[in-house]
Amino acid sequence: MEYEAVIGLETHVQLKTRSKMWCGCANEFGAPPNTHVCPVCLGLPGVLPVANDEALRLTVLTGLLLHCQIPGRAKFDRKNYFYPDMPKNYQITQYDQPSTANGWVEFEFAGGLARVRITRAHLEEDVGKSFHFERHSGVDFNRAGVPLLEIVSEPDLRSADMAHAYLTAMKDILVYGGISDCDMEKGMVRCDVNVSVRPRGETKLGAKIEIKNMNSFSGVRRALDYEIPRQIAVLEQGGRLAQETRRWDDPAGITEPMRSKEDAHDYRYFPDPDLMPFEPVEAWLTEVKARVVELPLARKQRFIHDYQLPAGNAEVFKNDVPLGDYFERVARQSSNPKSIANWVINNLRARLAEGTTLAGLKFRPGSLIELVALVEAKTISTSAAQQVFAEMFDTGKAPAQIVQERGLAQVSDASAIEQFCDQAIAAHPGPAADFKAGKAAALNFLKGQVMKLSRGKANPSLAGEVLERKLKP
Amino acid sequence: MSTAGFDLRYVARLARLELAPEEESRFGPQFGSILDYFAKLKELNVSGLEPTAHPVPLVNVTRPDAVRPSLPQDEALRNAPAHAGGLFIVPKIVE
Repeated sequence: MEYEAVIGLETHVQLKTRSKMWCGCANEFGAPPNTHVCPVCLGLPGVLPVANDEALRLTVLTGLLLHCQIPGRAKFDRKNYFYPDMPKNYQITQYDQPSTANGWVEFEFAGGLARVRITRAHLEEDVGKSFHFERHSGVDFNRAGVPLLEIVSEPDLRSADMAHAYLTAMKDILVYGGISDCDMEKGMVRCDVNVSVRPRGETKLGAKIEIKNMNSFSGVRRALDYEIPRQIAVLEQGGRLAQETRRWDDPAGITEPMRSKEDAHDYRYFPDPDLMPFEPVEAWLTEVKARVVELPLARKQRFIHDYQLPAGNAEVFKNDVPLGDYFERVARQSSNPKSIANWVINNLRARLAEGTTLAGLKFRPGSLIELVALVEAKTISTSAAQQVFAEMFDTGKAPAQIVQERGLAQVSDASAIEQFCDQAIAAHPGPAADFKAGKAAALNFLKGQVMKLSRGKANPSLAGEVLERKLKP
Repeated sequence: MSTAGFDLRYVARLARLELAPEEESRFGPQFGSILDYFAKLKELNVSGLEPTAHPVPLVNVTRPDAVRPSLPQDEALRNAPAHAGGLFIVPKIVE
């Protein structure tokens, strides 16, 4: 029997705010332990949390980028459980009235477009960080109360690779929107994976297995690559799967059952009496809508469509936003955006990698257009163009000036080329004889010699024609 | 008494409370009578009424995203039964 996997993801993302969700402590990674804490985020008695306006904006902005509905009223609830990293003994979250719901995300997958429905993206708070020692554990509450967005997908994912593509696309969107830096090294994105299997064609869901607390996208892929065949094997051997929570052991490459915490799922949610509901008003929503950006996929598709770029080039400009913006500024004024893209990606990007910034470029954007035009008009050869680019990058001089100063203009004067060809044939009788004897590749060698003799200035196709004519029996 | 389905021990465990047998026999009837009050409230017909989370008609209480000073580390740790290296020390957490 053939089985299929059904996967849904709960993605937790730290929001890019200056301060925490309910208090003015800094939302900053890497500070000495328990230095960004106060009575509110330590859960001391008698304090009053007040919601961070920017976190509410970023949540709704996420909803808009994920095509969600924005309900007229959101509220905050307490999720009750005991764990040392949670100082209040409850986590503030949005239970039945989230800030956003019912959206979707589209991304490239398996040569086409995949669409995954988003159940909701709601606002909650992060917990502290635990460190484990031999006999005790230690807790740092700097992270406690950092605004955390939980993005819940519908079970629309079907494979480990698809889950990976979804997470990557989600991260791109959140970074584009300025919602989160999504720095995995700093634990800004964490993920719970829900996965079950069922015979293909079956519509009922199998027993849901949750894999908790994944902190890398590649880890999610590896965990699913292990877990899906494991579940199928259990069913194929006539076994039954029960709903459970498992942990991914990355070094061992296996998932294993977590000690089931008794009554772990009785969170006794109730509305937080300290926090008033939030009702986005029109003016506030208008401000948030003004922050909606073009989505990464839309940008890539636009670059392919508007500038006739190959998908690979458009992908580069999707991933490197400043470089793509620069390309676009130049390309808009050029009649040959494809060539501009090649220069930007193959030459400019390599030089930028040596430590120059786009803002610090010495040449004007117009120079790139001029360079492309010179090649197009066959005023200079492509190899000469490389020299022109190098100098224009170093000095900021205009291409025409460089061509003139260095005498790089292409020689299309037939008599000059004839001379170079005669010299090349005379100097290399062997290859000349080879060509006469029918070895076509020998012509390229001779052509190379002509280019060398002309110091790159000979028109190569003209040189080829002349050589061929001279060597014809 | 309408305490059917009410499990005192379960509720105590969720709240991490250890009850002695005599406490259990004392609190059981007390909880029962509290629940009886709610049973009375349940007699009201509230269909068509929105559940009220807050009695005060106040919404959109927010603060601007600005950093304010935190507690000094020694002050933050002052009430901790144990601390080391700037961390609150707790019994070992096992999953």
